[in-house]
Amino acid sequence: MRFGVVRFPGSCDEVDALLAARLVGEAEILWHGDTDLKGVDAVIVPGGFSYGDYLRVGAIARFAPVMGEVERFARHGGLVLGICNGFQVLCEAGLLPGALLPNTSLRFVCRQVDLEVVNADIPWTRACSAGERLSIPAKHTTGRYYAPDPVLDEMEANDQVVLRYAPGSSFNGSARDIAGVCNAAGNVLGLMPHPEHAVDVLTGSVDGLKLIGAAA
Amino acid sequence: MARHRELGLTDAEYELIVVKLEREPNEVELAVFSLMWSEHCGYKHSRRLLRTLPTEGPKLILGPGENAGAVAIGDGLACAFKVESHNHPSAVEPFQGAATGVGGILRDVFAIGARPIAILDSLRFGEVAGSPRSRYLLEHAVAGIGHYGNSIGVATVGGEIYFEGPYEQNCLINAMCVGLIETDKLIRSAAAGVGNVVVLFGARTGRDGIGGASVLASAELGDADADKRPTVQIGDPFEEKKLLECSLELLDEGLLVALQDLGAAGLTSSSAEMAAKGEVGIDLDVRRVPLREADMEPFEIMISESQERMLCVVEPERVTAVLAVCDKWEVNATAIGEVTGSGRLRVFDDGDLVGDLPVGALVDECPAYDLEPAPPAIPIYPPPPRVLGEGLDAGATLLALLGSANLASRRWAFEQYDCIVGSRTVRRPGQSDAAVLRLDGGGALAVSIDGNGRRVAVDPYRGAVEAVLECSANLACAGAEPLGLTNCLNFGNPEKPHIAWQLTRAVAGLGDACRALGVPVVGGNVSLYNEGGGGPIYPTPVVGMVGELPDPARAGRLGFAQEGDVVALIAAGWSPAAAGSELAKLRGEALEGELPAAELGELRALHAAVRQGVRSGALRSAHDVAEGGLAVALAECSLAGGLGASIDFGAPAGEALLFGEGPGAFVVSAAREALARFGSAARVVGTVGGDALRIEGVLDVPVAELARVHAGGLADLLR
Repeated sequence: MRFGVVRFPGSCDEVDALLAARLVGEAEILWHGDTDLKGVDAVIVPGGFSYGDYLRVGAIARFAPVMGEVERFARHGGLVLGICNGFQVLCEAGLLPGALLPNTSLRFVCRQVDLEVVNADIPWTRACSAGERLSIPAKHTTGRYYAPDPVLDEMEANDQVVLRYAPGSSFNGSARDIAGVCNAAGNVLGLMPHPEHAVDVLTGSVDGLKLIGAAA
Repeated sequence: MARHRELGLTDAEYELIVVKLEREPNEVELAVFSLMWSEHCGYKHSRRLLRTLPTEGPKLILGPGENAGAVAIGDGLACAFKVESHNHPSAVEPFQGAATGVGGILRDVFAIGARPIAILDSLRFGEVAGSPRSRYLLEHAVAGIGHYGNSIGVATVGGEIYFEGPYEQNCLINAMCVGLIETDKLIRSAAAGVGNVVVLFGARTGRDGIGGASVLASAELGDADADKRPTVQIGDPFEEKKLLECSLELLDEGLLVALQDLGAAGLTSSSAEMAAKGEVGIDLDVRRVPLREADMEPFEIMISESQERMLCVVEPERVTAVLAVCDKWEVNATAIGEVTGSGRLRVFDDGDLVGDLPVGALVDECPAYDLEPAPPAIPIYPPPPRVLGEGLDAGATLLALLGSANLASRRWAFEQYDCIVGSRTVRRPGQSDAAVLRLDGGGALAVSIDGNGRRVAVDPYRGAVEAVLECSANLACAGAEPLGLTNCLNFGNPEKPHIAWQLTRAVAGLGDACRALGVPVVGGNVSLYNEGGGGPIYPTPVVGMVGELPDPARAGRLGFAQEGDVVALIAAGWSPAAAGSELAKLRGEALEGELPAAELGELRALHAAVRQGVRSGALRSAHDVAEGGLAVALAECSLAGGLGASIDFGAPAGEALLFGEGPGAFVVSAAREALARFGSAARVVGTVGGDALRIEGVLDVPVAELARVHAGGLADLLR
């Protein structure tokens, strides 16, 4: 399994994602200006503040040359994981439904949270079981998941709500405590918490490996 | 007023400039001199004192004088670190002041080629309870630090915040950065090679921060500080993120002769210092500098403090390659000058010579003044306001302390910082007395930052000694041995004898403590003139310390870990007293009395014993007894572990034992048999377990109640 990790100017967690992916497979960086995915089997769009995120989060990165290829890859069923800023970028790119709004506190919050696996049947969650709890850190200012209620109803009906914050864990005001969603086909997953920061007991938890490793 | 006085130079200094130049300076030259000879750049009042600090050690690689210091950490690696202040800008505009403070210290570390891995902050504000201004400063400074550190992807792993009246007008924002580098890749800032090209890269130069070093950082704050807002720089962490990656790639490819960041006094100090260190000259043409505003005057371009800029020296044949790397990272880069053999900093404006300055006079011949210290005849500081009622029992006193602004949970602040990016953070804020970051080769670093201005105000010498001891004790609790120390000396106006006395005594204390512990000072920063209408700040030497431990899996924790473990006190020469304590503050007692003396040799051995106990795995928790005293330390162990404890000191504990302060004691927990190695140094005082903290005959408080008060103490004030 070969992972490609996209690096935009302003990406912050791309090296963490690279190191995490290397625990379960091979991994390399995909430069934002390239239009070649180097034949990787899965793409991770990492966390950070792409292009400074001074406009709307993810709004500029979505137009990076590499993203055209990522979109093509995703629409052909390629595995794509968007983490935090990557989730925001995938929403902006239209690969995932909904949008991320500023936390209700309007503050950056960094906290270990418990997630509940809602859909354990997509490639990224197949190592988990439905209802399982994962301890993974979240850290963001703009992580309040939003979609209109009819869209949310449809997503739930289609099993596109993949991860929820466990009771007491949501700090951002997300609709229906949603932490991660997938596209209709299930090959593209976006989530605000950082599984790449939960891959080693030394640094807190290994639960994130269940998501990243499932794809491998 | 004469122009030179407006720029902060004395008449005597102006006359000296005329002698050095052998003529009157023009406007560009006067601007350059005023900055280079400011306290901020020239250390006029502190240079002689700083020379007394110990700067040698077996692990030392880079001492004071470079952008950051560095110590060896094995495997051919060095750890670079430095602390710096950004006090006055933050008092005027806290969000940008704090943000650019972080940006500046990050640049200092990557200017020597190191990749920043951690940020720590030491913050001081007035009392938040009664002061909307202090709440505003706190909220915006914390947000600014988070904005910059989070956006650039460097973990903010630790720090401290204290609230005291004398910081009301003049808050302190000290930021420390820690970085890693392969030792043989360290780069100096000395310009070299006549004919080599000087390249400026990074953000465009604008009018922001004009005169920051001389106007803001080297004079007392007054009522008209709102007018000084244009002298505060605006930070752009995205630009710095690109600059960081670009700089490290340039160094990785071996393309640079020398590298220097642009900080205080911008192009002026960076070019002059590079030339001075290399004993060469530099010619610059300001018209080649990419500008935000086209009509900037040469002196404005020379002194602008626009952020996110670096200056490098490049061999002519490598300029194309340097520009290509900058282009890849979408970073502006422009050749603006060259290295000469003239020993002069010559400034051109589109080819016309507009300034011609001897580099030696600018940097090495900046006047140094002897301080005229004299102990104050009357107390400098009024007693803090009394906030604690009469007749409280020990339990109520403990709760009052835990909920007080200085001791309450810092979670509100540290949750606004990304403490995990970089995948190194083994101990996050609140898990151990020091932050712990693992290294790729197997070991780990522990870092801590500390300083208690109120105690330094009571006794500048012993208070400063305690700041060093506190850092060393924090490291011991994580299992780390100190490698080096950086300090930021935040004081009032040194031209006043009583401030000079505080500064002199504090530096003596720092030096003695460092010598006794065998820890070299690798560099630091001085922030003087921290005075507003209400008088001087508390004398606040802030100490940052880096240590190493062999096994990150055994990094110490502060919280009680297991029911049934015994609780012990490991102490040496510990004689806690009320003077300068948090309890004395809450009771509104004057800043007087005697801080306990520290027997430094004994404490060094004590710290080593605790360190070994943590490293061996014998101690399941370790926490040093500091602000609030023993009762607060016990409560903190309970809170961090979520476990109660039953403590019995054998006799009813008095107030000095419970709430007195002084160096030399640790609260540890362990299996009973594991304590044997400590012999009589470890005094078993109780057992971990239950859902309350009980001290026999004194107090019995549910852990949930401790947690409620501790969690709410600061957060409720800010709601």
